[in-house]
Amino acid sequence: MIKEMICVACPLGCQLKVTLDENDAVTNVTGNTCKRGVEYAHTECTNPTRSLTTTVKVEGGRLPVIPVKSSAALPKGLLFESMSVINDTCIKAPVKIGDVVVKNILNSGIDILATAPIDVCN
Amino acid sequence: MFYDVAIIGAGVIGSLTARNLSQYNLKVALIEKGNDVACATSKANSGIVHAGFDAKPGTLKARLNVDGTKKMADVCKTLFVPFKEIGSLVVAFSDYEVETLRELYQRGITNGLDADSMEILDRQALVKLEPNISPDAVGALLSKTAGIVCPYELTVAAAECAATNGVEFLRNCGVNSIKFENDMFILSTEQGEISAKYIINAAGVHSDDIAKMIGDNSINITPRLGEYALLDKSVGNVVNHVIFQCPTEMGKGVLIAPTVDGNVIVGPTTVEVDNKDSAAIAQDALSNVFKSANKSVPSISMRNTITSFGGLRAHDVTSDFIIGSSNANKKFINVAGIASPGLASSPAIADYVLEILKSIYDGELEKKSDYNPSRTEPVKFREMSDEQRRELIAKNKAYGRIICRCETVTEGEIIDAINSPVGARDVDGVKRRTRAGMGRCQSGFCGSKVMEILSRELNVPINEITKFGGKSDILYERTK
Amino acid sequence: MNSTLKYDLVVIGGGPAGMAAALEAKKNGVGKIIILERAETLGGILEQCIHTGFGLHYFGEELSGPEYAHKFIELVEQSDIDVKTDTMVISISKERMVTAVNNQDGFIQIDATAVILAMGCRERARGALDIAGSRASGVMTAGAAQKFVNIDGYMPGKKIVILGSGDIGLIMARRMTLEGAQVKMVCELMPYSGGLTRNIVQCLDDFDIPLKLSCTVIEVHGTERVEGITIAQVDENRNVIDGTQEFVECDTLLLSVGLIPENELSKQIDIDMDPITSGPVVNEMRQTSLPGVFACGNVLQVHDLVDYVTTESQIAGLGAAKYISNPNNDDSRYAFTKGGDGVRYIVPQKVNINSKEEIKLYFRVADVYLKSKFVVSVGDEVLIEKRKQKFAPGEMENATLTLEMLEKIKENDEIVISIKER
Repeated sequence: MIKEMICVACPLGCQLKVTLDENDAVTNVTGNTCKRGVEYAHTECTNPTRSLTTTVKVEGGRLPVIPVKSSAALPKGLLFESMSVINDTCIKAPVKIGDVVVKNILNSGIDILATAPIDVCN
Repeated sequence: MFYDVAIIGAGVIGSLTARNLSQYNLKVALIEKGNDVACATSKANSGIVHAGFDAKPGTLKARLNVDGTKKMADVCKTLFVPFKEIGSLVVAFSDYEVETLRELYQRGITNGLDADSMEILDRQALVKLEPNISPDAVGALLSKTAGIVCPYELTVAAAECAATNGVEFLRNCGVNSIKFENDMFILSTEQGEISAKYIINAAGVHSDDIAKMIGDNSINITPRLGEYALLDKSVGNVVNHVIFQCPTEMGKGVLIAPTVDGNVIVGPTTVEVDNKDSAAIAQDALSNVFKSANKSVPSISMRNTITSFGGLRAHDVTSDFIIGSSNANKKFINVAGIASPGLASSPAIADYVLEILKSIYDGELEKKSDYNPSRTEPVKFREMSDEQRRELIAKNKAYGRIICRCETVTEGEIIDAINSPVGARDVDGVKRRTRAGMGRCQSGFCGSKVMEILSRELNVPINEITKFGGKSDILYERTK
Repeated sequence: MNSTLKYDLVVIGGGPAGMAAALEAKKNGVGKIIILERAETLGGILEQCIHTGFGLHYFGEELSGPEYAHKFIELVEQSDIDVKTDTMVISISKERMVTAVNNQDGFIQIDATAVILAMGCRERARGALDIAGSRASGVMTAGAAQKFVNIDGYMPGKKIVILGSGDIGLIMARRMTLEGAQVKMVCELMPYSGGLTRNIVQCLDDFDIPLKLSCTVIEVHGTERVEGITIAQVDENRNVIDGTQEFVECDTLLLSVGLIPENELSKQIDIDMDPITSGPVVNEMRQTSLPGVFACGNVLQVHDLVDYVTTESQIAGLGAAKYISNPNNDDSRYAFTKGGDGVRYIVPQKVNINSKEEIKLYFRVADVYLKSKFVVSVGDEVLIEKRKQKFAPGEMENATLTLEMLEKIKENDEIVISIKER
């Protein structure tokens, strides 16, 4: 079977043609510009993942929330569950870029990291 | 709560009337259904001070228009409201229409205008005044005494003056019913019961509904929607005068006029509507406006529109103003049917209402010794010289923080607008008083900052700040 | 504070463009530099663009907006570049006198040898669209909503329709969905999306949000808060097709209908403007028609990738440095660039044929073209030909004029880029 998909690994958005065998295993990928397209086709057909960016509540800073991201792409099915975990989290200023906000979220092995710094504000 | 006089409706009529009454030792309430003054007809109209040749001779409109326009410059000067006597042109597109110009000229004379305030121009003279006028224009009636004013700024200024002189402004105070007991009106309102010896009904499109509450069925308002486009300042000098079209059987056509703030207003359409509480514009409104405007000035383009809006005009079936003591109750004064030229007439209407009140008042009205006919002059950073700006910021740093970049409005001006005697309580209120959000980005950048300042100054959470009161919330709960 | 300050370079705007330009000027030996930023912090619009996708070209890694911004903020902080935030420039003169105000120093006047315009852009507002209905609350630009959610931490709506499928619209569809809102649809006037394909996949498809092409919003309903909208299909001339009107219940309409360079200051000094980009006309160093005044980033042309903003701004920074070191040395002889068939615009609009460096031309196509090529030519001579699977208006293209090619171009020649079938 041939499956068409758009690679989201980078903003280029290559149109991939992915050949699957009878066990849904990827046998061939065309249309990609770089090797990340092949990787993308494999994960998308087996365990699709997406990186997650959102905000987390912060206490004692100039702003009420700061932005965060997942350290790697999360399984797509965990996105909303991860959002609830992050929404229930509150961190204290100061925060630096890269600080771990949630360690190993939902046992995925992936951390949630701060992507902007915030100083303590009175 | 007891008052000598309750004025229902804080539009330009109610507010100027309140100011007039505040010269006397009277306890006056200015009662408003909305969250602010000038939040209906007075915020959305052409802003034109008509010369007075248009109204039918012998009508109240004719008399009060001519009188009001004469008084406008003085009222505006006293209240620090920009008024520009830029003159108007009624443009004719055929010899037949030139005849109509002559009729209008004659009517102007009959209505009491000075002969030398008007002039019929040929095409050459017209083009000299208005280089962008249509090649099809053959002549025009120039009327030198016509002008432009900002209708909501006039309303705010009058209300501020009234409040400074003791008038109480009650907002979100819709009137549900009125009883007359023991020589006293009892108004049942959204804010509880209010008693008043006299009522002035200046409720705009709702004035017939208010009159019915005391059994007066003489008024019949059929609201007319006028739709407008406001153009960017970059085309602010496309016309120099208020440009009317010669009225034809097809209708009045739309006007094109500069605004006191340097924009251009184009409109209105005229649509009879049923809903008195919605000034929603129709789907073909803008294209209709421009189609008609292009007859006068072909180069005007929809592309320069920064916003479009609708306003309801309180047109009475008689087509005239209805001003006077009600037959149902002498102590109830109707000031109804105030459609165009209501704004131009407003200073005269307020004076006329005062005369009526005096004629029916039990006893003499006693003048206050400390009446102040003016208000605190608002700071307008955008109009200042660099030297004035330097001094202003040195005195108060809040004037050094620019919130609205399109209109150059400072934090200091917004704080002033919120803390003034009739202060802004919502985003639109700040916008009308300061012009923050009135520019080309239409509050895209400053909207959240204005909300922050409102939240801080009024000490309420930011998600309780509304666009214009009621349920016009902007933000819901925190994301987390 | 009455004295006039003197700087070699004043950079107006502390977003990615302003910071990159200032840093590059510093690197090239400019002494006194000041960045004037109207927001409370450096970083510009990137601070609210918390999604990732920035920096792949420039840093070779995928960063979020704030991360990308902070790489530059740190460099600016480590340098001796002066920064004034919460500071609004209110005027510039042709003599490059910059007047600004803030609530710390008050009134500021700076005499600058060179000025870099990096004020960015603003979103097109509702007024520019012919949408009927009321002025109810709940209609705002996607960018304003993005600030409310990502910076202020408030929800601007719960049931949302987005008009415009540019990247901001798509990104906000996902963002609002993740925060618990119901995004009912994204409507797009054109028959194609203006956003990146990958954003359609991961912002809409992933969450089953329908993208309605050739569809627009014609009316807003509700007197106080928005209660719904009417959408309709449009024909190839973008006219509403009668009978396709449909009511959609919602409490919020987000507009993502285009960006406009903020050139009000540029217009004060009467520099030549390009009516297509709505930005200044510039040469290959991003110098405007007024010597000593440069422009870069979204004030010059609306970019889709911040990486290109950085590159462009570094050119402007270098240009300003060269100008400052020798303001009167100008041996430029110009040829002019012109968009041919299928090309809307090209930046720079003019190139110095005496340039000692190769020159990259950036351009945007007018429509979606499949299996086509772009051709750069002067007169009958073809300089460059490049094939591509797909050209789309949402993605900026570029072509490099080598020194060899520049030699073939004469003063006042027209360098034309066109799209051709292959």
